[in-house]
Amino acid sequence: MSFFFEVLIGGLLSGVLYALVALGFVLIYKASGVFNFAQGAMVFFAALTFVGFQEVLPGWTGLEAGGRAVFWLAFALSLASMVVLGILTERVVLRPLVNQPHITLFMATIGLTFLVEGIAQAIWGANVRGLDLGIADEPIEWLLESADIIVSKFDVFAAVLAGVLVAALAMFFQYTKVGRALRAVADDHQAALSIGIPLQHIWAIVWAVAGFVALVAGLIWGARSGVQFALTFTALKALPVLILGGFTSVPGAIVGGLIIGASEKLAEVYIGPFVGGGIEGWFPYVLALLFLLVRPEGLFGEKHIDRV
Amino acid sequence: MLYREAGQFKASYQEDSQIFPIRQDRIGIAVVLAFFFVAVPLFASQYWLQAILIPVLIFSLAAMGLNILTGYAGQLSLGSAAFMAVGAFGAYNFILRVDGMPFLLAIVLGGLCAALVGVAFGLPSLRIKGFYLAVATLAAQFFIVWALVKFPWFSNNSSSGVISTQQVEILGFAFSTPESKYLLTLAIVTVLALLAKNLVRSSTGRTWMAVRDMDVAAEVIGIRPMRAKLSAFAVSSFYCGVAGALYAYTYLGTVEPEGFNLDLSFKILFMVIIGGAGSIMGSFLGAAFIVLLPIFLNVTVHSTIGSWLPASVGSNLELIVFGGLIIFFLIVEPHGLARLWQLGKEKLRLWPFPH
Repeated sequence: MSFFFEVLIGGLLSGVLYALVALGFVLIYKASGVFNFAQGAMVFFAALTFVGFQEVLPGWTGLEAGGRAVFWLAFALSLASMVVLGILTERVVLRPLVNQPHITLFMATIGLTFLVEGIAQAIWGANVRGLDLGIADEPIEWLLESADIIVSKFDVFAAVLAGVLVAALAMFFQYTKVGRALRAVADDHQAALSIGIPLQHIWAIVWAVAGFVALVAGLIWGARSGVQFALTFTALKALPVLILGGFTSVPGAIVGGLIIGASEKLAEVYIGPFVGGGIEGWFPYVLALLFLLVRPEGLFGEKHIDRV
Repeated sequence: MLYREAGQFKASYQEDSQIFPIRQDRIGIAVVLAFFFVAVPLFASQYWLQAILIPVLIFSLAAMGLNILTGYAGQLSLGSAAFMAVGAFGAYNFILRVDGMPFLLAIVLGGLCAALVGVAFGLPSLRIKGFYLAVATLAAQFFIVWALVKFPWFSNNSSSGVISTQQVEILGFAFSTPESKYLLTLAIVTVLALLAKNLVRSSTGRTWMAVRDMDVAAEVIGIRPMRAKLSAFAVSSFYCGVAGALYAYTYLGTVEPEGFNLDLSFKILFMVIIGGAGSIMGSFLGAAFIVLLPIFLNVTVHSTIGSWLPASVGSNLELIVFGGLIIFFLIVEPHGLARLWQLGKEKLRLWPFPH
């Protein structure tokens, strides 16, 4: 039984990581109706930029390598790059494509994926790098002793961080002026425009916030599995999370992430051996697909009514 | 002056509904076909045939398949490479396991396997729309590749699912030179392209377009969305499957399931977008563009600025230019190369007296 709980908790915690990536998708989709395929590339870009700055900063500034100052300076600089990337995306890609069908915008973000991946690797090189956040990836002792369950400290930290991030975003959306404007834009573009909300500023802000989320996700994923090109594939894992939770719902992203993470690990352990293993790659999609057959708009998505 | 339909009268319904109603178009098509069937194999080098023309033709076919689904029936799919894989492995197994299986029949059967699988994965489209569907088709992409690797029966127990295709033989004639393989591919692609062109003008094609433009409205005027969507999935997957079989037999010779990955699906999607969604002609233009672009970039970069660029930039330049060009194209001409072609034709009709 403890093994079952171990798998379940491990799955839930990795689900939190998926949810972090999915969160970036949801933010952009909610505010601008763009299905941002480049979110995975942005995660990669953010992690690579952070590690890159960490490497070069000691040489530029004379700070002690691996120290706290370098960490925060690198964080600030990568955050600035993500904001610039977001604003540039809005200006160069989205603005000329206003009023195009959704599929065109989707394609544009696939193009953006290539562009961002290429630029990131051209600047920082394509080597696999380690990333150390200072939290050990080791089991929590008292849980191991009392219940015989292995739960990594790092995973718990990631989960707490994700929780804080979601809470902060929720506060931001709920209680700030910009947040209200964002919700207005998400509700109805034209109505928002008509009461004087500057749509393009809002979009730039959303992309910048999504860049921030990507940075956090990139740091955690990077610390987990190394900063490498494979990070871009984590975005693919976020897609079933999205359709399960609904494209437009922040809580949906979290709940979807937990469901996908837990079920994929459980399936791998309990069903995998019967069919030859390796089912983690497609199981989330099939699960999400079956789920959609029952609820086509996802768990928390908005029900849409078709009119002729 | 040259391209004008003045004086060409249509005296019967048959003439009115023919596939190329303008005489100049018919002549043009004949010239193009003659050029590619006769002149190209005579004069093109082996490199051009094997490394450029054959893949362009095969990808045109795959893009045509996706174009039928996405451009005509409006169902976004990210799993076309997986359907290619089904076609390739289907044809391989038919030739392997059935004695005296004719090559062309095996290819068609491979395509039919892909069509069946396509219908199965198209079933969700009845409930799910738009991006939800696009993500759902990823299930096909990952599941099929996984299944082909995991079950050794598909690849005749070879390690990691790699298959080496058999010699292509039709009525005792062995297709082993690039010229003969090229001609075989060209013939199959031509026939299927004409078929597709006719199909999208037929009532089937019109129901697809009605569903694409607004499925609720289509349903109201009496189109069965289930039949329309599933037939689009079937035909599209059939084309992708045949393209996959050709990809294995006339282009690469040795394929593995991992070769039909998501990147390939995206490539095919780009061909459709850059070529022009909802255009058979566009599939060819898009495929040629996407196949030729990396080669062109490689050649120009290496011959001009490659020597003084840092290595990390050089190897990523292709990604950057590729991504940049896609965005550029979408901004400048969202309807693709086919639209430019159409605009050119409109201009040509008025030329040289545009007023």
